Amino acid sequence: MKTIAYYPGCTLKNTAKNFEDSALCALDRLGYEAKELARWNCCGTVFSLATDDLMHHVAPIRNLVRAKEAGSDTILTLCAMCYNTLKRANERVKNDAESLEKINNFMDTETVKYAGDVRVLHLLEILRDELTFPVLAGKVVKKPNGLKVANYYGCLLVRPKSVGLDDQENPIVLEDLMTALGIESVEFPYKTECCGAYQTVDEPKAVADRTYRILSSARRQGADLVTVSCPLCAFNLDQRQKQAALLFADFEPLPVVYFTQLLALGLGCPEDRMRFDLHYVDPRPVLKKKGVL
Amino acid sequence: MRTDISRKKIRNAFVEKVEELSGQNLLACYQCGKCSAGCPQADRMDLLPNQVIRLAQLGEQEDLFNCRTIWVCASCMTCNVRCPKGIKIAEVMEAIRQIMLRKRKDHILIEKLSAEERESVPPIALISSFRKSTS
Repeated sequence: MKTIAYYPGCTLKNTAKNFEDSALCALDRLGYEAKELARWNCCGTVFSLATDDLMHHVAPIRNLVRAKEAGSDTILTLCAMCYNTLKRANERVKNDAESLEKINNFMDTETVKYAGDVRVLHLLEILRDELTFPVLAGKVVKKPNGLKVANYYGCLLVRPKSVGLDDQENPIVLEDLMTALGIESVEFPYKTECCGAYQTVDEPKAVADRTYRILSSARRQGADLVTVSCPLCAFNLDQRQKQAALLFADFEPLPVVYFTQLLALGLGCPEDRMRFDLHYVDPRPVLKKKGVL
Repeated sequence: MRTDISRKKIRNAFVEKVEELSGQNLLACYQCGKCSAGCPQADRMDLLPNQVIRLAQLGEQEDLFNCRTIWVCASCMTCNVRCPKGIKIAEVMEAIRQIMLRKRKDHILIEKLSAEERESVPPIALISSFRKSTS
């Protein structure tokens, strides 16, 4: 077993428990122990774009200090927003000694002084770059029968370029992963189009409109379901289908799953680790039909 | 629409603040409109992204403080990727939001959200919403 320090973030302990449980089971099957940090705090979810706003970088950097305390020089993330925020804050202090010093001075009760020396990794990077997809393909025990998916990346896994893990507008890492799992990916022009993100709080109808457009495109392309890697995209694309159905007469529901759920099922993880009870549109009927369940 | 332009207004304190907070050179924009053409939220905006940049260049702060656009932008950064001049439009939007928020002109009033609105969304939505829309 290879051990890696793991930062879950708030939502993976909440509405995205299906993301965490499926990912941890898959990692276990692949020979990785994701060791959750003994202490961690919210990363802030969004990277502060204003040049002078150092205060909001303290929360993400503090989590990197926790990784150092755990004796690790890398930190594993699953949530796309955590990944982006931690990695971008890390890049900021790595490239700006003055910002790093100010943030360290602010955290003067910490015993570890941060030096910009923790690597922030996303699970997809570990699968692609460390394990590699051909090796992963050899470990797949359950291949579906003609399952077609549309892979939705959203924004923060791929933008900006300095932290994105693939091409900013036409990423293919999820397509390559699906191929390794024996799943066909459809062409999907909406794969990096914004879902409306946090506006789901005060503009749920506008987000339902985004959901309608994104999922209608996936359906037109012949997808049986949509894969996601961000708990906020997942909420918007899955739960906001309720509003989309009320707003658009021709809307047809489409199941939304985390890529880790398909990965875990392919690796033979039990169904109860998928937490399908947390989904608004139940993916089980189509997964049964295609022989995954 | 008539706009009075003067050297003084074009280099006013607002323009300087936007450039400082965004880290962008507003005058680099030559109004090609690519940001607006590709913006997934443009249909909900009263000013298109390229118009925001133009008004910011001209120091028209009242138009920008009163527009819907800066709150419709969700920082997806598609415009940043596509700008042929390398301007980070999302950062300009953030700078204008920040100028408002630092005057305590919050876009979302947390106390006005109903219990249902607060409890029906995941923590990630609430935190990012408050980070973007409140001071």
